[in-house]
Amino acid sequence: MKKHTIVALMQDQPGALNRAVSLFRRRGYNIASLAVGHSETPGISRMTLVVESDDVEQVVKQLYRLIDVVKVSDVTDDPTVDREMALTKVHTTSATRAEIATLADIFDAKVVDVSTNTMIIEMTGTPAKVDNFVEVMRPFGIKEMMRTGRIAMVRGTNTHRGAEYVESNGHVATGAVLN
Amino acid sequence: MSEEKTGAQIMCEALIREGVEVMFGIPGGAIMPFYFAMWEYRDQLRHVLCRHEQGAGHAAEGYARSTGKVGVCIGTSGPGATNLVTPIADAMMDSTPLVAITGQVSSAVLGKDAFQETDITGITMPITKHNYLVKRIEDLPWVFKEAFHIASTGRPGPVLIDITKDAQQARMVPDWDVKLNLPGYKPNYQGNRKQVREAIRLLMSACKPLIMVGNGVIMSGATEELRALAERTGIPVITTLHGIGAFPEDHPLSIGMPGMHGWVHVNRAIQECDVLLNIGGRFDDRVTGKASTFAPNARVIHIDIDPSEIGKNVKVTVPIVGDARMVISALLEEMPDRSELATLHSHASDWMEHIREMQATHQHKQQYIARPDVPMYLPPHDVYAALTRIVNQHGNYRIVTDVGQHQMWAAQLIDWHRPRTHITSGGAGTMGFAVPAAMGAAIAHPDETIWAICGDGGFQMTNQELATIVQEGIKNVKVAIINNGYLGMVRQWQELFENKRYSGTPLSGPDFARLAEAYGVRGITVEHTDEVADAINTAYEYDGSVVIDFRVEREVNVFPMVPQGKSIGDMITESPIV
Ligand SMILES: Cc1ncc(C[n+]2csc(CCOP(=O)(O)OP(=O)(O)O)c2C)c(N)n1
Ligand SMILES: [Mg+2]
Repeated sequence: MKKHTIVALMQDQPGALNRAVSLFRRRGYNIASLAVGHSETPGISRMTLVVESDDVEQVVKQLYRLIDVVKVSDVTDDPTVDREMALTKVHTTSATRAEIATLADIFDAKVVDVSTNTMIIEMTGTPAKVDNFVEVMRPFGIKEMMRTGRIAMVRGTNTHRGAEYVESNGHVATGAVLN
Repeated sequence: MSEEKTGAQIMCEALIREGVEVMFGIPGGAIMPFYFAMWEYRDQLRHVLCRHEQGAGHAAEGYARSTGKVGVCIGTSGPGATNLVTPIADAMMDSTPLVAITGQVSSAVLGKDAFQETDITGITMPITKHNYLVKRIEDLPWVFKEAFHIASTGRPGPVLIDITKDAQQARMVPDWDVKLNLPGYKPNYQGNRKQVREAIRLLMSACKPLIMVGNGVIMSGATEELRALAERTGIPVITTLHGIGAFPEDHPLSIGMPGMHGWVHVNRAIQECDVLLNIGGRFDDRVTGKASTFAPNARVIHIDIDPSEIGKNVKVTVPIVGDARMVISALLEEMPDRSELATLHSHASDWMEHIREMQATHQHKQQYIARPDVPMYLPPHDVYAALTRIVNQHGNYRIVTDVGQHQMWAAQLIDWHRPRTHITSGGAGTMGFAVPAAMGAAIAHPDETIWAICGDGGFQMTNQELATIVQEGIKNVKVAIINNGYLGMVRQWQELFENKRYSGTPLSGPDFARLAEAYGVRGITVEHTDEVADAINTAYEYDGSVVIDFRVEREVNVFPMVPQGKSIGDMITESPIV
């Protein structure tokens, strides 16, 4: 099954996220990752969702249909910048501490907390690079880990902005996938 | 206008501003402030007290489906709200404009399992077009405005507004100067011209073209445009269950209903056609049968206002997102002159001749109406034969059907002519729809006769609304129960596919005529074919609502039939009672 990355802009309203996510639940699709936060436009949130499925076209159209959803794109095959952040709490001893710090450095990661037998490392990169980093840390003993899930943005001048939708006060063609 | 109002008064004024005249509901603790305020506005806002919130919801649907206006239903929090779930889901499936208003516990105790608290916005999220939880009085004006806008525009549907008790009780000077802020909602009405021309090119190249129409044609009021399109091109027209009435069945280009209980010649025509123009239908599986085998030779043009319907079940060559009426008008505008259409016309008329031949060899409607002459029992077909004759003599009628065999017979055996005269629960198939929906339609159209055709099963789900009918003085509901002593449609499947294991389908009931009389409406029992016409005429003559209990032959099947999951090319046509 193919992994799809879907980017959606939606009104920052109670229930909006719930409605969007429900469409995937209804079909029994598992959401591999989900990241939501503010976009460049006040009142508009941006969501990046990764889902494993062979057929997302229909769900993407149904996402469009939701009143809160302003724009949706399946950016899986577009050139994108993809990032994910992980916080990893690794077990350390006096013997391993230096080695772990060096490895973190190689991955451009930052040590953000140190205790007598742990270290928290902040790591940002493509999801693949984060995978890789996690594998490298595993032998030392990962005590805790949290990944944010992928966030994605299409490269170049193509924009996926909320502003144009909000400023025009509701007069934008949504669901314009076919026209 | 700078007077302070309660939230409940603001709700009433918002409803009046939206043009609401009647609402169907049942009060309770969390919605009491609204009922308190409603009293002051009772001259403008009629409230119909129903006997069950499901009935209130279906009544609002019947009102909406028969008028095109938004239907409004009301329930209190908790069980009042959950009782509305079925009609809300029904309205979602059939794109019925509905606003459901529910009371909610006070915001201070929200989420704390307060008495009669139910997360109704959570429950109805997947079965509403949109819903709102209102906790602040200042949100009421814009929420009502948005709710009615969303329910009635684009592809219509149900919107639920859940309002906490404290928001109803709070006071403020309402600010009615609210703008719609719906950046994510802009239905596309105007079809893309390029696609319209593409559609015409495809139609012009066809040898065996078909037009199939659904609910979208009725909702957009495209009946005249559709007729012009059919007549200009000479293309045969199919009406789906929800398309019934969009095109008069006595028109020479009308060929009838497709699908599970559609006519053989219609389904065969679909399987043979080379271009299929679907206007405002969603290729429901009851229409397509096994979708992968549907219309194997056809290139499909699909006009729908909802882009997520296009390509969902059937592969589409030319998609057009737009309102049926506007797109058909665009098709007519772009259509070449009569002379250029000559080839299409001659192909279409040869094709029509072929379809009529198929119709003559396979079952024709009349064959089902003509029953063997056995006076001892009452075949359901005799009831329909008399009904279609008598209601069309009187005119000015609508027929609401419930769900089951009687529903399919009604679709097949009654001659349908006008839009919004056939009202049924199609997408959800909700038993219990007909009596309350007929009541809603009767309130909207007091000068018409509103027939409800029910099974004995469905009638027993919501017949308590007969009490509402009496209390409201509604005189124009005439209920015909096709009483076969079974959950007939399920029994039919058991007979045909489960070796007659009638598990959970034999059904008893009270004496329906006496039950009707107990409610205060006229009750009539019919056991023989020769009493049918008299009973229907009596129902017309009687100045009040009527229930006729037609005790029909018990084990009659609806034919033709496409077994579930089979191709519409494989129909069962045999009738065991002949
Ligand atoms: C609320 C609900 N429950 C169950 C069903 C399943 N169902 C479909 S048709 C049918 C039989 C209906 O029996 P009746 O109302 O007597 O009509 P008949 O088929 O006999 O004409 C049933 C149980 C349904 N559609 N709706
Ligand atoms: Mg029955």
